[in-house]
Amino acid sequence: MTAWHTGQVVHTEPLTASARVLTLAVPGFSGAVAGQHVDLRLTAPDGYQAVRSYSLARVGADEVVEIAVDEVPDGEVSPYLVHEARPGDLMEVRGPLGGYFVWRPGDAGPVQLVAGGSGIVPLAAMARARATVTTHGAGLFRLLASVRTHADAFFPDELGQTEGLTTTWLYSRQAPAASSRPPGRLTRYDVETYAFAPDAGAHVYVCGPTGFVETAAALLVDAGHDVARIRTERFGGG
Amino acid sequence: MEHAPAPLDGNCLAGPLAGFFTADVTVVTGCCRHCGDVAMMGASVVYRHPMGAVARCRACTAVLLVVVEHPDGTRVGMAGLAWWRLPVESGPG
Ligand SMILES: Cc1cc2nc3c(=O)[nH]c(=O)nc-3n(C[C@H](O)[C@H](O)[C@H](O)COP(=O)(O)OP(=O)(O)OC[C@H]3O[C@@H](n4cnc5c(N)ncnc54)[C@H](O)[C@@H]3O)c2cc1C
Ligand SMILES: [Zn+2]
Repeated sequence: MTAWHTGQVVHTEPLTASARVLTLAVPGFSGAVAGQHVDLRLTAPDGYQAVRSYSLARVGADEVVEIAVDEVPDGEVSPYLVHEARPGDLMEVRGPLGGYFVWRPGDAGPVQLVAGGSGIVPLAAMARARATVTTHGAGLFRLLASVRTHADAFFPDELGQTEGLTTTWLYSRQAPAASSRPPGRLTRYDVETYAFAPDAGAHVYVCGPTGFVETAAALLVDAGHDVARIRTERFGGG
Repeated sequence: MEHAPAPLDGNCLAGPLAGFFTADVTVVTGCCRHCGDVAMMGASVVYRHPMGAVARCRACTAVLLVVVEHPDGTRVGMAGLAWWRLPVESGPG
């Protein structure tokens, strides 16, 4: 689907203090694969248009687009999506888009997911798709998720009990009392301790703010992961 | 817009180039005319602007492709690519 289609917000749900899930009904939208995104086009009353990309948080149902948006303070589009959009609002949707940063249920082998902040969204879609695979052939998934504090985590309960998935939360600002790891940014030690070892041959998906993605990809390569198995999705910003 | 916005991945070319080619551009393999690096377009480094995007080589940063989304029509320049190869089994999109 390559043209712009009209989507209508049908549901919103708070996720954290600065993020929420939006569900849109989009007639004609079909066949999405986990990891893909949509482009949203919003038009202001004066005709000004802004286009932004948002990853699909869940795939499997046609004509439905579920995204999870974190507010970028002073951003043009994200504060509207997080605080103002309400059921009935219309916006244009182009997608599903991209066949490179995707995981398909037939893909074999283990999968390492590495997320920074809202970069967890397309990776959650992959883990959700993995959980629907009932054959014994599906590889195990591991998720390393960096968040500022526990209150900033997306879907923590669900991702703690998703079939086939082991999730490790890494807190950069403030760790829960029970956590033995001191708060801090992703390190080589984290990669070596919590991720699959390079010889496991896992496919690696890294997603988050551009700075996080570049740092994480470099740490993975330093730790011995094959660069040819690492796919990245930079969200922009720092 | 700010001076140098942070780059994105070639994945985000899928939308602007949808409708231009029948294949999903992000899984098309390209060869950099400048350094010879061969990679899928999804692995390129993309700088997006309100009117379009510039995809640069992940190896040498040379410009591979420029797309401008204009009301008169989308324009694509591919002077930085020596060739493109379509995947045998083209992805969705
Ligand atoms: C393929 C793709 C998928 C994406 N998926 C998601 C998603 O699932 N959920 C989600 O919340 N966002 C996602 N993003 C980011 C999203 O497209 C927007 O960039 C983001 O919502 C900010 O838009 P804005 O209009 O509010 O900010 P803008 O007005 O565009 O930017 C305001 C300021 O914030 C900076 N900035 C821009 N983007 C970010 C960012 N991501 N983080 C930090 N600072 C930033 C800019 O450099 C600028 O200085 C995705 C991006 C891409 C390319
Ligand atoms: Zn090059």
